[in-house]
Amino acid sequence: MSGQPDIQLDTQGRLRHFLTIDGLGRGLLTEILDKAESFAGVTEQTVKKVPLLRGKVIANLFFESSTRTRTTFELAAKRLSADVLNIHISTSATTKGETLLDTLRNLEAMHVDMFVVRHAESGAAHFIARHAAPHVSVINAGDGRHSHPTQGMLDMFTIRRKKGRIEGLKVAIVGDLRHSRVARSQILALNILGAAEVRVIAPRTLLPADVRSLGVHPFHALEEGIRDVDVVIMLRLQKERMSGAFLPSEHEYFQLFGLTESRLQAAKPDVIVMHPGPINRGVEMDSQVADGPRSVILAQVTYGIAVRMAIMSMAMSAGEGGREP
Amino acid sequence: MSRLSILGGRLIDPANRIDARLDLHIDRGRIWGLGPAPFAFNPDRRIDAAGLVVCPGLVDLSARLREPGAEHKATIASETAAAASGGITTLCCPPDTHPVIDTPAVVELIRRKAKRSGRCMVLPLGALTRSLAGTELAEMAALKAAGCPAVGTANLAIASTLVQRRALEYATTYGLVVFLRPDDPQLRDGGCVHEGPVSNRLGLPGIPEAAETVAVARDIALCEQTGARVHFRGLSTAKAVRMIERARQDRLRITADVAAHQLFLTEGDVDGFDSRCHVDPPLRTTADREGLRAGVAKGTIGAICSDHQPHEPDAKDAPFPATAPGISGLETLLPLTLRLVDERLLTLNAAIARLTCGPADVLGLPLGRLGVGASADVCIFDPETPWILEPHAMRSCGHNTPFAGWEMRGRVRYTLFEGRVVHET
Repeated sequence: MSGQPDIQLDTQGRLRHFLTIDGLGRGLLTEILDKAESFAGVTEQTVKKVPLLRGKVIANLFFESSTRTRTTFELAAKRLSADVLNIHISTSATTKGETLLDTLRNLEAMHVDMFVVRHAESGAAHFIARHAAPHVSVINAGDGRHSHPTQGMLDMFTIRRKKGRIEGLKVAIVGDLRHSRVARSQILALNILGAAEVRVIAPRTLLPADVRSLGVHPFHALEEGIRDVDVVIMLRLQKERMSGAFLPSEHEYFQLFGLTESRLQAAKPDVIVMHPGPINRGVEMDSQVADGPRSVILAQVTYGIAVRMAIMSMAMSAGEGGREP
Repeated sequence: MSRLSILGGRLIDPANRIDARLDLHIDRGRIWGLGPAPFAFNPDRRIDAAGLVVCPGLVDLSARLREPGAEHKATIASETAAAASGGITTLCCPPDTHPVIDTPAVVELIRRKAKRSGRCMVLPLGALTRSLAGTELAEMAALKAAGCPAVGTANLAIASTLVQRRALEYATTYGLVVFLRPDDPQLRDGGCVHEGPVSNRLGLPGIPEAAETVAVARDIALCEQTGARVHFRGLSTAKAVRMIERARQDRLRITADVAAHQLFLTEGDVDGFDSRCHVDPPLRTTADREGLRAGVAKGTIGAICSDHQPHEPDAKDAPFPATAPGISGLETLLPLTLRLVDERLLTLNAAIARLTCGPADVLGLPLGRLGVGASADVCIFDPETPWILEPHAMRSCGHNTPFAGWEMRGRVRYTLFEGRVVHET
């Protein structure tokens, strides 16, 4: 771990930015989940708003396109009564540091209180947090292959809601771990929250080098890997993995790693199946599983709003009082 | 001022196996003699070197001066001044300038500007292929005639094995040393840090060890095939050191160097996305660092160089993969190398050899030694008094260093180039 102080935390150890799950404690992650639990009620009410962030301006700064993540962040911000700016910056435009810093300075000049950032480069959210004005919070909505911590936390929330706990569970993550920021965040969170075992299942081309250093057990066969697990998380397979010589074909991938009802028999009877979306039906899993009783994929989307509300409100209240007006 | 005497210092000249308290006398830019001077010598200036080490001026095999083409980063004038303050009197400038050093005109331009600055000898390295594109040969005979002591690839390895073979054969025809930075561009695949646990955790695209070892294996085979005189620049892996050691045992004409920072930093230093540690080749594992150190101790790696790459602050101020690689290293070359003496890896004599006659022998030039009649290029440093490296106090235009705040020893008190004092503090 780095010897530097964690820029995510304020002097009292409260969440100031949310950039990665790496380095955060079990207490803080549990606090996020508990807080999300209280907001989950709000989203089910007829008036779906709380005034916690009234008068605050939140900018969704998306350098990479995303509909689902941006939309749930926007909904979460609106339910907290914040004003939301959606800024999509084309990735075809230059992504040089000057541009990024200039964008940041311009938005700060408009008195934005929080940036929700998605960027194609690993470390982009850290970079923005390091350069942001002291009163500004930064939430990472996905940076390169590094981290997607709100997705990781909404997955933990989903598991806890469906299974009642995370501690002691066996979880298998299947698919393209090499390129997945989602998987990195899930693995960190699962290990911090006391999962009994985290397994990863993929051909070697889709696993990162030294994968064990992430605190996981690698498997190369689906049925063996999901045997007796409580949770199966399927990752999205990008089309460019075929042209990049990571895989021969979607067909062979589905033959070997595609999740079907019959293969799912190897897991525990009450297993739940998750996917960060969007699903490639017939590639990662067949429709029977995706739409079946063990799938919690749509619940993940719903819970995403409450979890993001929890994280945004916590980050905005840390350092409150010490901030500039 | 034509006569100068350096009195009372500990004179270390590894090439001539001298380590003794000896005076050094200089006359009209050349070494006149060592030891007591006759009464009639009568110098114009006497330098009191009591408590100081007097050694040959340092020879640096790789330092980017950024001119021509990137003068917003640094200039020949600024960086040769920085070199002088670091005790360096000869440096090789890799060919990846803009325009590339692939014509005599660019060689001439650099040499003229360096001469005007007059603080150190700048040896431009010619490009092995035109524009460093790896497809057509550069006019190497003309580059040699213009003053290039060697040709090379800078950090742009030649992807085609056939072009590499022909380039080695052609260079060998003209007796040119070929500087190769071993790297397989396909295996590198857009990576920016070592492929391992840290790249994994930070989600940064990794460069596997094999990107270096595959290239070293290929080039050793081609060296054997062509009889070329190959110098491997800037090693980063322990395995490459072992491969080169074996090739040298097989009597192949292969030498190697390492950047000073590779002997101290590892992939772990990149943690927290520290762009100051973004270098090419990347910082690797602790085992690699130990393997590189062992290679330096054994002499398989005969030269330590600065791999100086000055940058303006903006170049390092971006998300990690978008930052420019490189460290401003001229002023830390000597103190970092002396640290290896403190850490008992090298004797003081061996450390100085890696910075003077070692790199000079790679070039096949009579530099880095204090023989009578040699050009009076001398470095005089205080080996004891510690100081803290402060980036803002650096002479180089590039303040990009991960060694900020490190306690260093080995401050250069005087640098003499061709008999003239070009730096003193």
